Amino acid sequence: MNINTTKIISLLFFIFSAFYLYTAYQIQVFAFDENAPFNARTFPIYLGYAGLFFSGLKLILPDPNTIKVEHKNLEYKKTGILILIAIIYGATILKVGYFLTTSLFLFASYYFLGERRWILMFLLSFPFVAAFMYLLHGILDIYLRDPFLQSIGVMG
Amino acid sequence: MIEGILIGLTTALTFQNILMVMVGCFFGTIIGMLPGLGPMTAIALMIPITYGFDPATGLILMAGVYYGAVFGGSTSSILLNAPGVPGTVATSFDGYPMAQQGKAGKALAIAAWSSFAGGTLSAIYLLFMAPSLSKVSLSFRSPDYFALMILGLTAIAAFSSKGQFLKAMMMVVLGLMLASVGQDSLSDITRFTFDNMNLTDGISFVLVVMATFAMSEALTIILKRNDPTSAAKQVSLTELGSIKINKEERTKMYKTIPRSSVIGFLIGVLPGAGATIASFLAYGMERNVVSDKEKEKFGKGSVNGLSAPETANNAACSGSFVPMLTLGIPGSGTTAVMLGALLGFGVQPGPRLYMTNPEIFWSIIMSMYIGMVILLILNLPLIPYIARILAVPKNYLIPLILFFSVTGIYVMSFNNFDIYLMIGIAVVATFLRLYDFPMPPLILAFVLGGLMEENLRRSLLLSNGSWEFLWDRTLTACILTTTILIVFWHIYKTFKKKN
Repeated sequence: MNINTTKIISLLFFIFSAFYLYTAYQIQVFAFDENAPFNARTFPIYLGYAGLFFSGLKLILPDPNTIKVEHKNLEYKKTGILILIAIIYGATILKVGYFLTTSLFLFASYYFLGERRWILMFLLSFPFVAAFMYLLHGILDIYLRDPFLQSIGVMG
Repeated sequence: MIEGILIGLTTALTFQNILMVMVGCFFGTIIGMLPGLGPMTAIALMIPITYGFDPATGLILMAGVYYGAVFGGSTSSILLNAPGVPGTVATSFDGYPMAQQGKAGKALAIAAWSSFAGGTLSAIYLLFMAPSLSKVSLSFRSPDYFALMILGLTAIAAFSSKGQFLKAMMMVVLGLMLASVGQDSLSDITRFTFDNMNLTDGISFVLVVMATFAMSEALTIILKRNDPTSAAKQVSLTELGSIKINKEERTKMYKTIPRSSVIGFLIGVLPGAGATIASFLAYGMERNVVSDKEKEKFGKGSVNGLSAPETANNAACSGSFVPMLTLGIPGSGTTAVMLGALLGFGVQPGPRLYMTNPEIFWSIIMSMYIGMVILLILNLPLIPYIARILAVPKNYLIPLILFFSVTGIYVMSFNNFDIYLMIGIAVVATFLRLYDFPMPPLILAFVLGGLMEENLRRSLLLSNGSWEFLWDRTLTACILTTTILIVFWHIYKTFKKKN
């Protein structure tokens, strides 16, 4: 059976809208606001119904512009690795610090995307991040938390 | 108005602001010319840097990035037949054939001069139109604003979705749903936070923009790396030919530029329309008005065919500032990003901006003139060098985009949760993009969500819960009628296409 992915996405959106609507009805409002013409749950309720309406229409109506994605041409593995590296980057940035994690993130990303020019990879990670940090922290006065650089006494 | 122009000039001509226009134009050009990365990504990446500036400077920087990116998009259209931004798709119709004939330098010069002329003329139109529209918009009431937002969202869904109106409307609803997360602005009741403290203040606008544009675009480029349909043939980047435009070509441009700038500006003013539609309409109109002999050349390297869309897309950029500055309602996804950034600065765009923050209002308009001059000075002699940027390997480009995205969130919140949330939204957005779900409607809806709820609240409270406010005022009824017409026109078009 040929499954139309757009319809599946519409179905998921329909379920999401139903859940959103259910949650909207659960929003606790103040007693004096309960019967007011507009309270904290009014707008979300309308949105929930709008979501059900549009995704429902998309589900029911025929789809003249079916999108066919050639999955065999897509680079799922590299994209997945890149997302994973980004998650690790996000998880370590606060504990380890901006400079080291960002430089390692860039270096690892270049590597996993197939780059092997080591000197260029290095220049576009460690010195590049240092220069960018100087721009943000030193010139634009935007605070960057970095326990690693603080521990070695580079950053105050 | 003279006083306003002087205020604007005083602000825009400071050393810092001129530098910002230059930096903005330069980076905008570079980012805009990289296929897949448009003005929205370029502006989104600039947001963290603008935190260190005052609102006028920040907005001048973003405006510079905007028209730089639109101009940059034309470079990749001409040299690679791979438009960097949708607004430059029409540029490739005649620009790329011209480049294939060994006249890439000339094509780039025509594009640069047309962009300059289009941008400058439309900045003049903006100068005269914005203050009067500001005065008119002071008579707008909550129901009118609510109706206007419905019109803006419907229009952007109708125009940005290539026949996929329902998909775009689903994205509008999703954007509004994301905007509803966090504390209710009036009662402070938390909504959809699921007892997570990180969501109490709602989802940050920068996070959503970074996730749906910068990050998701980077992931899409990697994902489609080996897709043969997205590969483009390349013109030699080392042999661009002369950039001189001869007298005959200049004469053709003199006729094309004024009419294309008017059409570009007017389309840009309409909510949701913007540079893409403006460039296609200008191209189509130009084809209809030229002689039969010239018509034959369209699609094969016509000067008129290249000049018209380039003039119109830049004129539309200035036009799209009109609803943002005067009504506080962005006309396009890009101006929605800028509106979000302005709100972040604590500045409320709208009719009162003209009176409360004249330095911001006028300096943006004046910086457009300066920006166009800088864009020309910067880009014309640098064309051969700028073209080489197109050869930047994606292996370096993608990690750098991801790095800028994460940095943007990191400096804003110092919070792991926001980074995870951004990655999560980016993954969903990448998947949705694969199936042609447009992202600009989501961003516009996200930016307008709070304002829309606020205006609906006021309207319903004033009318005691009755929906009569939708047709009580003539203006509200007119705006809603236009919205209904757009919806029915789309339904009619879909049925016509099917039959």
